[in-house]
Amino acid sequence: MSQAHFEAVLRLGDNALILGQRLSEWCGHSPFLEEDIAIANTALDHIGRARMLLSHAGELEGRGRSEDDLAYFRDEREFRNFLMVELPVGDFAFTLVRQFLLDVYHHELYARLKGSTDATLAGIAAKAVKECAYHVRRSGEWVLRLGDGTAESHARAQTALDELWGFSHELFASDAVDRAMADAKIAPELAIVYEHWRREVEATLSEATLQIPDDGWQATGGREGVHTEHMGHLLAELQVMQRTYPELEW
Amino acid sequence: MVTSARRREERMDARHIDEDGVRALLANVCDPEIPVLTIEDLGVLRDVRVSGEEVTVVITPTYSGCPAMRTIEQDIERVLMEAGCRTVTIETQIAPAWTTDWLSEAGRGKLRAMGIAPPVGAAGDKQTLRGGAVHVICPRCGAFDTERLSEFGSTACKALYRCRACLEPFDYFKCL
Repeated sequence: MSQAHFEAVLRLGDNALILGQRLSEWCGHSPFLEEDIAIANTALDHIGRARMLLSHAGELEGRGRSEDDLAYFRDEREFRNFLMVELPVGDFAFTLVRQFLLDVYHHELYARLKGSTDATLAGIAAKAVKECAYHVRRSGEWVLRLGDGTAESHARAQTALDELWGFSHELFASDAVDRAMADAKIAPELAIVYEHWRREVEATLSEATLQIPDDGWQATGGREGVHTEHMGHLLAELQVMQRTYPELEW
Repeated sequence: MVTSARRREERMDARHIDEDGVRALLANVCDPEIPVLTIEDLGVLRDVRVSGEEVTVVITPTYSGCPAMRTIEQDIERVLMEAGCRTVTIETQIAPAWTTDWLSEAGRGKLRAMGIAPPVGAAGDKQTLRGGAVHVICPRCGAFDTERLSEFGSTACKALYRCRACLEPFDYFKCL
């Protein structure tokens, strides 16, 4: 097994886990019942995906770590998720604009991971991409509704987009791991994913009358384990039961 | 492709049951959230293999995070163990990915009878994904004039609709 292969699958698993954890915070707090159910179900899709990816990462690593070991017994610096997924949920507009940016990314990414030379990853992707298509449809409709809605909803959606945009570059910042994966045809070239992402995101945002911010400020570091100040708090809540009662079973 | 397997062995009065027998027993295992559907109706049951005293049941999840899978595994084990199977292995495979196309005709009828609209069209059909031309028929009064209230209903596999004719809300089993 190559370290890069383990690292690449771990990144995918961590993104799914942390995003799922963030989304689950809305459970019981959404603006209305239908949305509460929708967000909780989306969280479930991501957590289900995280379980498969982290199990696979553990197998690739070959040191006997299970999905639970990887989720509950790593510290902040060992997590490989994007900064964008760990940001606090903010208001409803912030959550939905973030979902939209990430849903389009995941849809484009997993559609290509379906053809991975890693058969397990290809299988997970084939399953995930169907859910991604559904997620994009839902968050895309929300972006239209909020952006091209009332003055208040437009202002909130635009503020969310301005805050999030600087975190979107990390999704496509190709490093040695990404290049090794693209060479081995385990994962796609990120430049191609970016091209499709940018086109789709621009089309929806402009229909939603939202302004795409400048590409100037860019925040990165999640994949090297350098996280925002929010990550430790998120992990405290995610891991507390297993840290307090190790190997506790449901 | 198998992603995980659990195996349980028990020494009790063993009884040999062939593949048809196992399938007949599994006809009693239902989806815990849609109890009218058996795992075979749903297309969750993919394969049954019997080799000597070893029974292997292959299942696939509907959605990645479907919380019913664990209950389904436990129910399969219980039903087979109670019938005298000695060794039961349950394999979870995710490829090929589950699709609503695997839902049986009997299953679709049972859904309607329970007030849940079955999936419209085939999963490969792009139209069903874009949401444009789908006509979900009200399972209560049969009207075509229905509207979607939310992309998600009581479970991940369903969306929430309302009939404009009889005004009843209902679950729609999404096409995936």
